[in-house]
Amino acid sequence: MSKILVGLKRVVDYNVRVRVKPDGTGVVTDGVKMSINPFDEIALEEALRIKEKGGATEVIVVSIGPADTQQQLRTGLAMGADRAILVQADSVVEPLAAAKVFLKLIEKESPQIVLLGKQGIDDDNNQTGQMLAALWDRPQATFASKVELEGGKAKVTREVDAGLETIEVDLPAVLTTDLRLNEPRYVKLPDIMKAKKKPLETVAIASLGVDTAPQFKTTKYEPPAARSKGVMVKDVGELVAALKQKGLV
Amino acid sequence: MAKILIVAEHAGGKLNPSTAKCVSCASTISGAEIHVAVFATDGAAVAAEAAKIQGVKTVLTVNNAANAEPLAAVLAPQVAAVAANYTHVFGPSTTFGKDLMPRVAALLGVGQLSDIMAAEGAYKFRRPVYAGNAIITVEAPQDKKLVATVRTASFQAAAQGGSAGVEAANVSASLPSHTRFVSRSAAATGRPDLQTAPRVVSGGRALGSSDNFKIIFSLADKLGAAVGASRAAVDAGYAANDLQVGQTGKIIAPELYVAVGISGAIQHLTGIKDARTIVAINKDAEAPIFEVADIGLVGDLFTLVPELEKALG
Ligand SMILES: Cc1cc2nc3c(=O)[nH]c(=O)nc-3n(C[C@H](O)[C@H](O)[C@H](O)COP(=O)(O)OP(=O)(O)OC[C@H]3O[C@@H](n4cnc5c(N)ncnc54)[C@H](O)[C@@H]3O)c2cc1C
Ligand SMILES: Cc1cc2nc3c(=O)[nH]c(=O)nc-3n(C[C@H](O)[C@H](O)[C@H](O)COP(=O)(O)OP(=O)(O)OC[C@H]3O[C@@H](n4cnc5c(N)ncnc54)[C@H](O)[C@@H]3O)c2cc1C
Repeated sequence: MSKILVGLKRVVDYNVRVRVKPDGTGVVTDGVKMSINPFDEIALEEALRIKEKGGATEVIVVSIGPADTQQQLRTGLAMGADRAILVQADSVVEPLAAAKVFLKLIEKESPQIVLLGKQGIDDDNNQTGQMLAALWDRPQATFASKVELEGGKAKVTREVDAGLETIEVDLPAVLTTDLRLNEPRYVKLPDIMKAKKKPLETVAIASLGVDTAPQFKTTKYEPPAARSKGVMVKDVGELVAALKQKGLV
Repeated sequence: MAKILIVAEHAGGKLNPSTAKCVSCASTISGAEIHVAVFATDGAAVAAEAAKIQGVKTVLTVNNAANAEPLAAVLAPQVAAVAANYTHVFGPSTTFGKDLMPRVAALLGVGQLSDIMAAEGAYKFRRPVYAGNAIITVEAPQDKKLVATVRTASFQAAAQGGSAGVEAANVSASLPSHTRFVSRSAAATGRPDLQTAPRVVSGGRALGSSDNFKIIFSLADKLGAAVGASRAAVDAGYAANDLQVGQTGKIIAPELYVAVGISGAIQHLTGIKDARTIVAINKDAEAPIFEVADIGLVGDLFTLVPELEKALG
């Protein structure tokens, strides 16, 4: 039995223009569309492809969040995951706490591969996978754009600032996805029906016995500094003149 | 008092400018004592460069044959060991730092703060969330080591002219062999580096092919600029992945940013918010890029870009 554990974080949909609440206590999330973190959809797609090629026997999707997160897990099941685990949490779960939760599930499930997104598009932390790999004392291959499995090892091409880097890691390992790893499949209607019958287990975060108390305190939310209104020019001549005026050419 | 360790980023025996930007950030914390650590096979040349950065008191070299390539799993236990004598550990929010610092934090049993834009005190910082649509103020506990990455686009590199002492540090940490470097393919372009260039010309989906994308390279060469791209242009294969600008690509702060045939999606705009002057060329007058552009020009890029190149002489 070779399992893959996939993180599916519930986030504000990437098409939503997020706004800060006027009182600075957070961002507006009431009535806002929620989706699976795009990087996590890519992680799930990769897990499904590995399974379809015979590289795994079971794909388990995991989310840490409030009860409503079931929606995203159901979508994951409709995409093709075999079962889902919701670790129910009603307050802030920082990346280190999320990593500790994943480690608990790893101890129970003994996966060969844990696939997470490189970052949540809400908090943009880019930490959980790396922290999990450290706590688990296993390899990490972050920002993956290509994954090749061979005999207990994974050869992973990573998107780094200088271009592409390839590393080889022994399994089990944590992999985090970059955008160009794959294009996630669309969910078909019959699969949504089938997904309703797949197992979705709910575990209270407190029952895992890990310290999830937040370490950081967010004291204020502010909108970003607005850029001052620019000018429209009507042709290339005016553009060059405007650049000259700013001393840029 | 804050005692800050900065993990140097380097390649090919040269220090990456991101290190001097981390020093700038650390220098804004009053009374901070700043050290830089160089993890390498032989860090002497890089350490000599780091010693010249103003504000640095001491440079530590940690030489080990295992440090030939920057593998997070191999570096993290060494950084964690050196970190014992410090209150803060900073790295750049480049792919190097993003890969490494969370692993260091977890080994130290603490959380990590990502993308510091400003320090308001030794334990109070500002950072962007939601693709830069919100800026949060975060307070960290004073009784824990603070591990963080510094958003390089928010800081100028600290000036040269320092003369820090260089010391070799002995680190005993058991290093894993489960992670091995295989290869790196960097497109040597001979053009300025996207992350540090004062001028950048970027192309989007509108370019339509990698052949057409050449007009972006040509305009960039005329301006002595680096080349960037939108995700759509990279996904379509018109430009290399390391040219992507945005939330999930590079966050840059050039003096001049020219966006050609780019609509201005939130995820792209996150990457250019700190550019001094943004120029946009787009055929759609309603494109969101014009909401942030300092100078906008509506029209067909295939006529305007060659015309602009010519007008620049
Ligand atoms: C009920 C609730 C309330 C919250 N309130 C706040 C708040 O007020 N302010 C605030 O700043 N944040 C809040 N958060 C968000 C929380 O702080 C973030 O989940 C945490 O910081 C992780 O950040 P990230 O996604 O940027 O991590 P990253 O490290 O960027 O995540 C990388 C990857 O790790 C995996 N992962 C991470 N978290 C989860 C998860 N929960 N479930 C499944 N996979 C995961 C995913 O695969 C993801 O792609 C809240 C969360 C919850 C559940
Ligand atoms: C999780 C996630 C992360 C992302 N991260 C990034 C990121 O880091 N960076 C990024 O860029 N995107 C990112 N995106 C994608 C982003 O949402 C947009 O899809 C992308 O930026 C669009 O690229 P574009 O502007 O080139 O293409 P389009 O939006 O298609 O815009 C093309 C523009 O060209 C104009 N045009 C067409 N023909 C001409 C012509 N002949 N002359 C002049 N103008 C013309 C059009 O009017 C249009 O405005 C991300 C998306 C997601 C979901």
